[in-house]
Amino acid sequence: MTLAVPVTVDPTAPAARPQQLGRWRRLPLKAKVGAVLLGFFVLAAIIGPLVTPYNPSFQNPAPALSMHAPDGAHLLGTTQTGQDVLSQLLVGIRLTLELAFVVGVIATALSVLVGVTAAFLGGFWDELLSLLSNVFLVIPALPLLILLLGYLPQKGQLATILVLSVLGWPWGARVIRAQTLAIRNRDYIAASRETGESSWRIITYEIVPNEISLIAANFVNTVLYAIGASVALAFIGLADLNSWSLGTILYWAQSQQALQLGAWWWFAPPGLAVALIGTSLVLLNTGIDELGNPRLRDAGVDLRLGGRRIRPTDPTPVMNAAPPRRGPVAAFLHSFSRSSLLGEGGLGEGGLGDESGTSR
Amino acid sequence: MSFIIRRLVFYLIAAWVALTANFFIPRAMPGNAVQDIMSKFPSLQPSAYRALEAMLGIGHPGSLWHQYVSYLNDVVHLNFGLDVTEYPAKVSTLLGQTIPWTLTLVGTATVIAFLLGTGLGIVAGWRHGGWTDRLLPGLMFLQAIPYFFLALVLLDLLAVNLHWFPIGQGYGQGLIPGWDWTFISSAIYHSLLPALTIVLTSVAGWMLQMRNVMITTIGEDYVLAAQAKGLSSRRVVFTYAARNALLPQLQGFGLALGFVVSGALVMEIVFSYPGIGELLLTAVTSNDFPLMQAIFLVITFTVLLANLVVDMIIVVADPRARAREGAR
Repeated sequence: MTLAVPVTVDPTAPAARPQQLGRWRRLPLKAKVGAVLLGFFVLAAIIGPLVTPYNPSFQNPAPALSMHAPDGAHLLGTTQTGQDVLSQLLVGIRLTLELAFVVGVIATALSVLVGVTAAFLGGFWDELLSLLSNVFLVIPALPLLILLLGYLPQKGQLATILVLSVLGWPWGARVIRAQTLAIRNRDYIAASRETGESSWRIITYEIVPNEISLIAANFVNTVLYAIGASVALAFIGLADLNSWSLGTILYWAQSQQALQLGAWWWFAPPGLAVALIGTSLVLLNTGIDELGNPRLRDAGVDLRLGGRRIRPTDPTPVMNAAPPRRGPVAAFLHSFSRSSLLGEGGLGEGGLGDESGTSR
Repeated sequence: MSFIIRRLVFYLIAAWVALTANFFIPRAMPGNAVQDIMSKFPSLQPSAYRALEAMLGIGHPGSLWHQYVSYLNDVVHLNFGLDVTEYPAKVSTLLGQTIPWTLTLVGTATVIAFLLGTGLGIVAGWRHGGWTDRLLPGLMFLQAIPYFFLALVLLDLLAVNLHWFPIGQGYGQGLIPGWDWTFISSAIYHSLLPALTIVLTSVAGWMLQMRNVMITTIGEDYVLAAQAKGLSSRRVVFTYAARNALLPQLQGFGLALGFVVSGALVMEIVFSYPGIGELLLTAVTSNDFPLMQAIFLVITFTVLLANLVVDMIIVVADPRARAREGAR
């Protein structure tokens, strides 16, 4: 929504430091909570394995320490074989995040490659690549992942990364292709082509940098997918079961009957960690989306202009007040929002295949 | 070419890609599946090597093309070979025993979740800015929970501790599957908690999506015009805004289906539900490759079919899809 208000210069331009705080404060609450939550887990992944109280694989033979409820010595209790759950969790968070990050990078790179190539080449290749991404979107991923991973002789971290990356690109490729199609016809691209720049240079210097926001949003989604899929795969036993990831902890908890024996401290922490990491990523993405599309905001972040409360769905107000300016940070994050890109009429050629700015 | 026929061709291509991938994966992957199985089952005689090869379709006689054609022929006749774990049971028999369970449970629960989520999304989109928005972070949390983890928690709380629901399984012990009331009521009772899990985790996604589409739709001029005409809110919401917001929602349904089904399969494992998910676990733990391949094909075809149904609904619901049909 745009406010039809004359831009007046903010009379009280604050000093540098408070302004920095102001920018952070202007972010939607969701983005802030998401960023903090994700930061917490990233921190845990970095420091966690260095400060584990025990060796996560050490099986304490003391019978009293089998399935021991949380106490001072074992903050999250122990497993059936006397292993410390907290230590497993700390190592597991790193392994899971590491995997998700690498898959995110590879799959996003593939999406960019396929999406840009399809849009740029056009014609037959475009049709073929689009068809391929649509086909892989409609084929359910998990059974195919299981099949691929099942046939691999080693089911370690590397195999999982490989398989998840190979199947993780179609959604991103589709979105990026649509955006590239829109950008391709802009005047500045025509201009650089007239000046004799090579296609390669146009792609790497003119097109891809302009899609960086979309690519980043796509990266967050891919990381989300990688976490969900890798945990599910490990849960059914398709992982290196001697390593500790959030999924393998859950696998052992399930196969050792943690539930039936009432050992909630064994399966609840890793599951909660997965859910919270996922929530932080969803919050981050939605919060960023809302920066670009104020209509999606909730009641808590209503605009206040000239003392009047403006609901996002209200008609455009006309008054003399400065609209909230975006600082560089907010503007940068705003550029991440998918809806802002959609708003420019960029995505898709219109028609049944296209989503209208919604993401799942 | 009409819209439906074009979609049909697309799904046929998708099915062909799935079939071909299924054919080439065992041949392209490193490692030796036959050796894997042999080491897993020490009781197998060395003479079984050839038989296993034949079963996995590795040692087929003839050229690759010949193998491919005979493979396609087998699939068309629903001949998925023999099972390794429950040798010499046919894979298709095992599938036939489990598919009805999964189809009933996951199908019903997904449709309920979709309808419920869409309905709630309409309300949340219309009452946008009201109390429903406070639920949003909670919904996102629900959406981010892995299906099987919610299943574990619900099972722990409602079945193990409160004894409201049975702990897993598809029906009471000692019952013989049949069409009598004792069995059916037991089966329904056992399916309640798995169904609740699916509804709880997927309803949030549908609701958030519908809410966002609704909010965008409400901003359209024709909604404003309807309000200006003095129509009742209910009429504006349901006949003007929601009807149009439903179309993107339906398209999303088709695309998200594979995701929902995948999650539901893993959830079945937690409940030891006698469906395909459980069968898949057995296949994975015992390196039962023929079974894994057959399950992959069955799930893929089901999802493709469901997508086709969604497309048909879209043609009925969306005049633009029909108009395009005429234009081409």
